[in-house]
Amino acid sequence: MTFVKRETATTGGDARLGRGAHTTLRRTLAVCMALALALLCVGLLAALVGSERLPLGGSLCLIFRGTGGGCAMTPEQQAILLDLRLPRILLAASVGASLAAAGAGYQALLRNPLAEPYLLGISNGAAVGTMIALVFLGTQAWARSLMAFAGALCASFVVYRLARGRAGASPEKLILAGVIVTTFLSSAIVFITTMMDATRIRSFNFWLLGDLSGSTTGLLVVGAIAALVGTVVLTAHGRALNLMMLGERDAFDLGVEVERVRLIVFLAASLLVGASVAASGSVGYVGLVVPHLVRLSAGSDNRMTIPAAALAGALFVIVADTTARTIIAPRELPVGAITALIGAPLFVYLLRRG
Amino acid sequence: MLEAREISIDYGGREAVRGISLRAVPGEVVVVIGPNGAGKSTLMRALNGALVPSRGEIFLDGKPLRSYARRAVSRRLAVVAQEAELRFPVTVMEFVLGGRYAWSSTSAWGWETERDVEVARRAIEEAGLAAYGARLMNELSGGERQRAVLARALATEAAILLLDEPTANLDLAHQATVLRLVRARTDQTGAAAVVVTHDLNLAAEFADRVLLLKEGRALATGGPRDVLTPSILRELFEIEVLVDAHPVTGAPRITPVHEARR
Repeated sequence: MTFVKRETATTGGDARLGRGAHTTLRRTLAVCMALALALLCVGLLAALVGSERLPLGGSLCLIFRGTGGGCAMTPEQQAILLDLRLPRILLAASVGASLAAAGAGYQALLRNPLAEPYLLGISNGAAVGTMIALVFLGTQAWARSLMAFAGALCASFVVYRLARGRAGASPEKLILAGVIVTTFLSSAIVFITTMMDATRIRSFNFWLLGDLSGSTTGLLVVGAIAALVGTVVLTAHGRALNLMMLGERDAFDLGVEVERVRLIVFLAASLLVGASVAASGSVGYVGLVVPHLVRLSAGSDNRMTIPAAALAGALFVIVADTTARTIIAPRELPVGAITALIGAPLFVYLLRRG
Repeated sequence: MLEAREISIDYGGREAVRGISLRAVPGEVVVVIGPNGAGKSTLMRALNGALVPSRGEIFLDGKPLRSYARRAVSRRLAVVAQEAELRFPVTVMEFVLGGRYAWSSTSAWGWETERDVEVARRAIEEAGLAAYGARLMNELSGGERQRAVLARALATEAAILLLDEPTANLDLAHQATVLRLVRARTDQTGAAAVVVTHDLNLAAEFADRVLLLKEGRALATGGPRDVLTPSILRELFEIEVLVDAHPVTGAPRITPVHEARR
């Protein structure tokens, strides 16, 4: 009797994950709206905390009315909010959104939830591109971002060729491919570093670990546009990715133009990784942790997973960066250290669960 | 209707299929039989448009298969292949809705319409998985998963079904269930089916026509009673077989006679 009861409870299925048999547009919009609202609140709170605590009322007033609105803020506080905190929070948001959406994209393409731009060496590819731009082309934001994009594209192509198999990328192959690409590119990074002068090397090491403090307005603008464009493009191919995720052969059989979708996803994901690495270095594990949590709570439909991961990723990196700049204030940790502290144990858990 | 005319296919550096002709006619089940490596799967992949013949031509509803866009092919032609490993938590309903991809339109913003969901729900019911819609694919047994793969093919509403060993890994009861579902589709909606199987007895029971493949060539083609004879099967598999009539259905019943037991 009890057996029968349990059977009906599990066949219902809906209750367990709090979702129906399939994802709908309406539910996707609801989830994304909720995440966007949370993102807005957390972003605002993050602007208030730091080595200098800012008043809530004055800050809100300044954000909505501007500098001429007669808000109760000292010029110093105004400068902290408008020139330091807000740009940095926007950058954290676009970096987080980019990396999480790109992670979800790579995972669908490689058919493995362990795929992640940092662990696959794709971030390193973007870093090499950025460094080449810095050493040979100067510091313009577009050159940095473009070269980072090219680097990410090359690295993701190599990883794909190394890791792919008929049944998708097995965890072993994927991780090996990542190790090979990462170590190779790390050597390239060391090689390029030797061509730099000693004063720049230190800030460089910080940047490599993932750091939001050394960015510029140009990089922020490029990063934000890339985050938006990349996420929209990936989401638009979400339904095709749902099938690619189950196997390229199946996807082809069901009507997906596999090669075209693959190319577009590669380009979009590399754009996302490139722009975020150019601005902030290699922030690790965001693309692993965030899509995983989204899938766990909202399901695997990429039309939902990708935009929801972008919003949740923005949220995640804002929180991580706020922690990084407050935990040992007035000094700072690189944000990549915080995300790795959270991400690495989760990676181990996912790997063991197989 | 799907028709292959004298097709040859190069695969893996050799000519895996040589001069095969095959017609999938509405209401008929064609079964392809042959030893391992005879070119069965290669033939199926070509019929599906995944491999392009080096010689000959495949026609879909009278026009060359190559001239169709991929989505247009997938609306007319559904494939049931060996199930692949799933690493993402996908529900049965989501999986079966994959069969509606080729029908997606921009007016629904790339989302499933109510009709899509209804078609998928019916396919799930037909496959005997009605209670499983919200279950995750990787929680199902092998037999249930294989039926979900079939449900996805049925959800495409394609008039031609291509099934590559749809009964492998299934127990006795489920083997019959799967082929009965295919038979029901062909009888009721006038669909055509091409089935690759190693099970000669299932072939004898369900096939309207049988194509025997050996080393990429057609050894024989025709009705099960005409083709599944001891001499032809001996030539095909290089093993002695006993063929008698099934006591209930009257279809040919094939039993291998092993050397050591004689």
